[in-house]
Amino acid sequence: MSEWWAYQLSDLLMFAPQTYYRLFELYNTSLWPVQVLTLAASVTTAILMVTGPRWRERVIVSLVALFWLFVAWGYFIERYAAINLAAPYFALGFLVQACLLALVGLVGGHITFDGARTLIGKTGIALFFFALVFQPLIGPLTGREWSGMELLGLAPDPTVVGTLGVLLAADRVRWELFVIPVSWCAITGATLWVMKSPEALLMPLIGLSALVLSAYKSLTLRRELAGDWKNDRC
Amino acid sequence: MQLNRRQLVGSIAIGSLSALFPQFVQARVAPLTRTIPSSGEELPIVGLGSWITFNVGDDPVARGSSAEVMRAFFDGGGRMIDSSPMYGSAQEVIGYCLRKTGNAANVFATDKVWIANGDEGPEQIERTRALWGIDRFDLLQVHNLVAWEAHLDTLKAMKDEGKLRYVGITTSHGRRHDELEDIMRKHELDFVQLTYNIADRQVEDRLLPLAQEKGVAVIANRPFRRKELIHRFEEEKLPDWAGEIGAASWAQFLLKFVIAHPAITCAIPATTRVDHVCENLESARAPLPDEEMRQRMVAYIREL
Repeated sequence: MSEWWAYQLSDLLMFAPQTYYRLFELYNTSLWPVQVLTLAASVTTAILMVTGPRWRERVIVSLVALFWLFVAWGYFIERYAAINLAAPYFALGFLVQACLLALVGLVGGHITFDGARTLIGKTGIALFFFALVFQPLIGPLTGREWSGMELLGLAPDPTVVGTLGVLLAADRVRWELFVIPVSWCAITGATLWVMKSPEALLMPLIGLSALVLSAYKSLTLRRELAGDWKNDRC
Repeated sequence: MQLNRRQLVGSIAIGSLSALFPQFVQARVAPLTRTIPSSGEELPIVGLGSWITFNVGDDPVARGSSAEVMRAFFDGGGRMIDSSPMYGSAQEVIGYCLRKTGNAANVFATDKVWIANGDEGPEQIERTRALWGIDRFDLLQVHNLVAWEAHLDTLKAMKDEGKLRYVGITTSHGRRHDELEDIMRKHELDFVQLTYNIADRQVEDRLLPLAQEKGVAVIANRPFRRKELIHRFEEEKLPDWAGEIGAASWAQFLLKFVIAHPAITCAIPATTRVDHVCENLESARAPLPDEEMRQRMVAYIREL
């Protein structure tokens, strides 16, 4: 179609809100008891972000990358693609993010958590806990079914928020790992906005906050490096 | 508005029976029909769209509801169901509902071809046919003018071979009207589909008169602008004279405006509710507003 820009956002929504939310209920029902494994993996990730041996970094990155892979296949391809023609492209994005995480974190070893005690590092850990514990409750608390809870590691939104938490808690800012999660925050925010969901602004706000905090962290790190360099020269 | 004696007596009789035995009347009084100019075939003037409403994936509960909507549609005398490859799982769900309600033989099966590569049109059409679970389509349309030259050749060839009864082309949201007009002038079409409702009336200037002149049937999509018009007016009072055109609700008021235009062959509102599909089909019964009344309806809406 040559005139996508001429359509309103609401014209592009091809399913009803109840169909979208029912998707999560059916998804959770079909996956049970995979939720137990995902919960265990998420809790493990959270604990390792706070404390643990040196090898914890590779475990965290592996688990988060696996979450993205699972969402790409299990949610986007197996479920969402039935009602949204764009779902295969979203799946591709999540697959690419999983590969990027593996490449940067596992192959490159560039994701470390020595600085998780800083304020931004702690914010990252808090964001991960939010995605793990509180974000799944938003649906039921706004009137949707408990069986349709969106869980970290299985549903895209909490997986993206949890990942942004991990990235904020990491010592260095790896901008290439922010592109897809922040893009997803905009996409899901637009979808929920058109569906008049009460939490429509949450994901865009989280994405934006993650970018601002990372930019601040990046600037602070540069200043510290510059300071170190000056001190060395003296 | 003027009614002849036959229409008046018929309306009074239907009105009285409706009050006493609504379900009986609903099942027995067929909706009004319009003639497809290229064949002379009669078609009920209210059909059923499937954008969003039938895109429910593999949810068994929602599929069951869709089947009930379809059952009510056929019980009320409806025939045309319209879909597209662009509508997600809608085609598959329509196929499921047709099997479940046993209405594959009754449906006026209407779908579209929507793929940028013209060579892949036949493959997509065959996939669509398999999803519906029917032998052939009554009407296939080039969706939103995408690769329309190639697809139009494909559809015309199918019609010549007896694999298709009618050929059409669609647009929506009031877009590309100049191009559609050009195609209507240069090509032989059985149907065009376009957006027409009480708030989107641009097609009244050129496209609808051209369709009448060329003998092309017209399908009106978005008769409620996807619920927007109903939501906009639902808090407002229906005019006292709405009863003169048999409109008991805003939905009927809005739909009767659309189907009363003499160029419109069929309007295709979409819904997920049985009561709404019945309400829509009720709109397709006499009386319909004449041109003077339609102007009055527009003026009333403008005031709101």
